[in-house]
Amino acid sequence: MSVVYLDHVVKLFAAGTRREVRAVDDFSLAVERGELVTLLGPSGCGKTTTLRILAGFELPTSGDVYIEGQKMTHVPPQKRPTSMVFQSYGLFPHMTVFENVAYGLKIRRLPRREIKKRVSEVLSLVGLQGLEDRGVGQLSGGQQQRVALCRAIVIQPKVLLFDEPLSNLDAKLRKGTREQIRRIQKELGITSLYVTHDQAEAMSISDRIAIMNAGRLQQLGTAEEIYARPANRFVAVFIGEANFLTAKVLTAESDRVRILLLGQEMDVAQSGTEFKPGEEVDVVVRPEAVDIVPAGEGDADVEVLFSHYTGSVVLYALRLPTGERLEVQVANPQERGLLPIGTTVGVRLHRKSLHLLSKQA
Amino acid sequence: MTLRTYGRELKNQTLALVRDPVLLTLVLVIVGALALFILFPLVRVIQHSLWYRGEFNPKYLIQFFQRRYYWQSLVHSLTVGGLVSVIGTAVAFVFAYGITRTDIPGKNLFRLIAVMPIVSPPFLIALAAIFLFGNHGIITDALNLDWDIYGLPGLVLTETLAYFPIAFMILEGVLSKIDPSIEEAALDMGASKLRTFLTVTLPLSVPGIASATLLVFIRSLEDFGNPVVIQGSYRVLTVEAYHAVTGMYNMPLGATLSLIMLVPTLMIFAIQKYYVSRRSYITVTGKPSGVGLKTTEPRIKYPLLGLMVFLSSFILLMYGVVLFGSFTKLWGVDHSLTLKNYLYVFQAGGQYMVDTISIALIATPIGGILSMFIAYLVTRKRFPGRRLMEFVSMLNFAVPGVVVGIGYILAFNTPPLQLTGTAIIIILVFVFRRMPVGIQDAIAQLQQIDPAIEEASSSLGAGFFRTFGRVTLPLIAPAFLSSLVYIFVRCMTAISAVVFVVSAGWQLLTVALLYEVDQANLAGAAAYGYVIIAIVLGAIILMRFVVGKIFRGGLAPLREV
Repeated sequence: MSVVYLDHVVKLFAAGTRREVRAVDDFSLAVERGELVTLLGPSGCGKTTTLRILAGFELPTSGDVYIEGQKMTHVPPQKRPTSMVFQSYGLFPHMTVFENVAYGLKIRRLPRREIKKRVSEVLSLVGLQGLEDRGVGQLSGGQQQRVALCRAIVIQPKVLLFDEPLSNLDAKLRKGTREQIRRIQKELGITSLYVTHDQAEAMSISDRIAIMNAGRLQQLGTAEEIYARPANRFVAVFIGEANFLTAKVLTAESDRVRILLLGQEMDVAQSGTEFKPGEEVDVVVRPEAVDIVPAGEGDADVEVLFSHYTGSVVLYALRLPTGERLEVQVANPQERGLLPIGTTVGVRLHRKSLHLLSKQA
Repeated sequence: MTLRTYGRELKNQTLALVRDPVLLTLVLVIVGALALFILFPLVRVIQHSLWYRGEFNPKYLIQFFQRRYYWQSLVHSLTVGGLVSVIGTAVAFVFAYGITRTDIPGKNLFRLIAVMPIVSPPFLIALAAIFLFGNHGIITDALNLDWDIYGLPGLVLTETLAYFPIAFMILEGVLSKIDPSIEEAALDMGASKLRTFLTVTLPLSVPGIASATLLVFIRSLEDFGNPVVIQGSYRVLTVEAYHAVTGMYNMPLGATLSLIMLVPTLMIFAIQKYYVSRRSYITVTGKPSGVGLKTTEPRIKYPLLGLMVFLSSFILLMYGVVLFGSFTKLWGVDHSLTLKNYLYVFQAGGQYMVDTISIALIATPIGGILSMFIAYLVTRKRFPGRRLMEFVSMLNFAVPGVVVGIGYILAFNTPPLQLTGTAIIIILVFVFRRMPVGIQDAIAQLQQIDPAIEEASSSLGAGFFRTFGRVTLPLIAPAFLSSLVYIFVRCMTAISAVVFVVSAGWQLLTVALLYEVDQANLAGAAAYGYVIIAIVLGAIILMRFVVGKIFRGGLAPLREV
C-alpha cells in the first residue's frame, strides 16, 4: 500500500469565473514508504498547490487524497499525519528556537522531559544544539531553515512535505543543506514529498521525480530515466538541454527501432510499439552526446555558427546539411582549442544516447 | 459546467468545514450572532416602516414626502452633511499636509489636537459652542453680538470640529504614502513646487480626499449628539427620529425616518468602499518609504502654520471653556468658581458611572475578541458565505446609530428575545456597532503576516483555538489592543444608538449628560463631559502603560476609519 496516493486530483481556482485557472489537472501519484518524491516543474505548474492539497491547506475541486489508505480529502490539516517545511519557513516569530520545535510535541501532550529530550536530539541532528533559547529572528537564514526542518520532523509525521525549502538560501548553502535534508530523510526513513523548480536539486535529492507542467503530470521516474528517456518534448527541454532532429522510421521492433538520420541508418534501443515504419519522428540529441571529429569522418559535416565559451565547457551552435541547428557541448576546450566560426567539421552522434519521440508527443 | 464547478467548490468547502467541528461551530455561532444582532434589527426597521397591520402599506413613507415638516428634516440633514464634509475635509487637508509635507514645528502637538475630538463625548463640542457663542456666551457677550448659534451655523461648526479628525487620519495616511520620488520626478522635469502640487500631489490624493469627504458626510448625517443640543429649529433626521420614538412613542414613524437615513448612508458607504477606495494610486511596496518631500519655503510654510495654529487654538479654546464652565456656579448668570458640579456628578451620577464602566468592561473584551475572530475567519479560512460574513460584519460601520437603536427596540422588545431594559441589550449595541474598526485593523495586519506561520501551526497538529490563541493573536496583538481601546472609548462616549436602549435600571454617563443639557444645567453637563474625558484618558494611559510593559512594539494609534 502506498503511503500517499493522490487520485485524479483537480484544482480550479476562481472556479466558474472568467479568471478560472486549472492549477492541478487530473493528477495522480503514489508515493511508497520511505521514498522521497519530488514534484518538479516551472513556476505556476501546480506543484505547490498539489503539495498544499496533500497537507490540507487547499481543497481539491475533485479527486481524492489518501494517506496510508485512509481518505483525507476533507480532513483539516491539523488532523493529518503530515507536516510541512515551508518556503518562507513559517517560524513563530514570537517564540524561541526551543518553543518553535516543541510546539507540535506540546500539542501531543508529551511529558516535559520527553519534549526536552526530543527537541535536543533533533536539534543536534542538524547541528543547532545550544541555540534553544535564541529568538528565531536572531538566527541566520540557514539556521532558520534548519529550525523549520526540526520542527517538522520532531513530531514524526507519516509524510513530510517540503515546499521549496532551499529557495531562500544562497547557492553555496543550498548544496550543503540539501545533502543534510537527504541524509536525515534517509536515516529517519520518512516518506517525503518535495517541491522545487530547481532541476539539479530535484535530481540529486530524489528517489523519483514527477515532472509537472500546466497542472498535469508529464513524467514520473528516476532522475536517470527522466533525463535519458524523456516522455515528451516538454520534459526533454525542461531537464537539461536538448536538440530535436527529424528522422524517418525504417523498422520498428519491440526493443529496437531502426531510423534514417542524416543519411545514416542507425539502431535505437527503444520500444518500437508506438512507431510505424515510414513515420517521421523527433530524435532527442543531448549536447554532450555528440563528438566533434574532422570533416568527412563523422555522421555529417557541419558549419560552426557560433561558439559560447564558459571555461569548463564550450557550447557550439552548428548547422547540419539539412539546415537543422545542432548545439554541441565540448568539455575541457583548452585541450583541443576553440573552433573558429565558419569552419566546417564533422559530428558523430553517440548511438546509445539517442531517444525517439513521436511527433505527436 | 462553470456553475457545476462552482457548486462543487462550495460542496467541498462545506465538507471540509464539517470535518472541523470547532471551526464549524465558531462559524455558525458568528453567523447566527451577525444575523440576529445586525441584520434582524434592520429587517425590523424596514418591516415597521413599510408594513402596517400586516399589510404592505408605506403610508408613513408617503406622508414623509408629502409633508414639508418631515421632508424638510431630510433636506436639513443633507445640507449639514454637505457643508460639514467639504469644510471638514478642507480643514483636515491643511492639517495633514502641514504635518506630512512641511517641516513646521510642533507636529506631534498638532496631531494630538487634531484627534482630540475623537476621545471626547460627541456633544462636548456643541456645549462649547453654546458656552462661547450662545445667548450668554463669552464671545457673544464680549462682542455684544446679536446672533443665534442654534441652527445651521452651530451644526456646521460643531460637526466640522467633531468629524474632521476622521478625514485628517485618512489624508495623513494617504499623503505620507505618496512615493516622494514621483514628486521629485516632476520637479526634475522642471515643474515648479506649485505645479508639482497641483499636477502630482493633489491628483494622487484625490481618492483619499473623496473617501474622507464621504465618510465625514456619513458621520454628519448620523450625528445625534451635536444636533440634539444645538439644532434649535433647524430640525435634522436623527433628532426627529429620536423624538418620534421617545417623545411620541410612534414606532412606525421612527422606523420610517430610520429607513430614510439608511438609504443615503448605505449608498455612500457602498460608493466609498467599492468604488473610491479601489481607485487608490497608493501602492504598498513593503519598501521603507522615504522621508518625503518636505516644503521648507516660508511663503507656503508660514501661512499654513498660521492657519493650523488658529484652528488648534480654537479647538483648545472650546475644550478650555467647557472645563471652565464645569467649575462655574450657574453658566450665563454666575461665573464664580465652585466644585459643586463635580460633587453633583459623583453623587447623582455615581451609579451611572458604575453602570457605564461595568458595561464598557464587559463589552470591550467581547467585542475585541469577536472582531479578531471575524477578521481571522474572513482572511484565513475558506467556507461558504465568507464574503457575506465580511460584508455584514462591516455593515454597522455605515448604519446610523439612531437606526441601530430603533432597530434594537423593535427587534428585542418581545419574548423570547425580550432584552429591552437589561444591560445585555446595551452591551450588544456596543459590541456589534464597534466591531468594524477592529476587524479592519486586524485584517490589515493579517495581510502583512505570512500565512505559512499559521499553516505551520495547524500542520503541526494545532486545532483552531490553539492556532488562534498561540500564534495569530500574539501576532496581531497591536490591532487587538487598539480595538480594545477603541471599543472602550466608544462605550464611554457614545450616545446615538444607546440612548434608545438605556433604562431606569441601566443608565449611562452620556445619557445623564444629555439629561443635564435638557434641564439647562450646562455647568453640570460640562462636569459630566470632563468626568467622561478623565475616564477615557485614564483608560488609554493605563492601557499604554500595561502594553508598554508587555510589548515593546507599543500600541497602534487610535483610529476611527
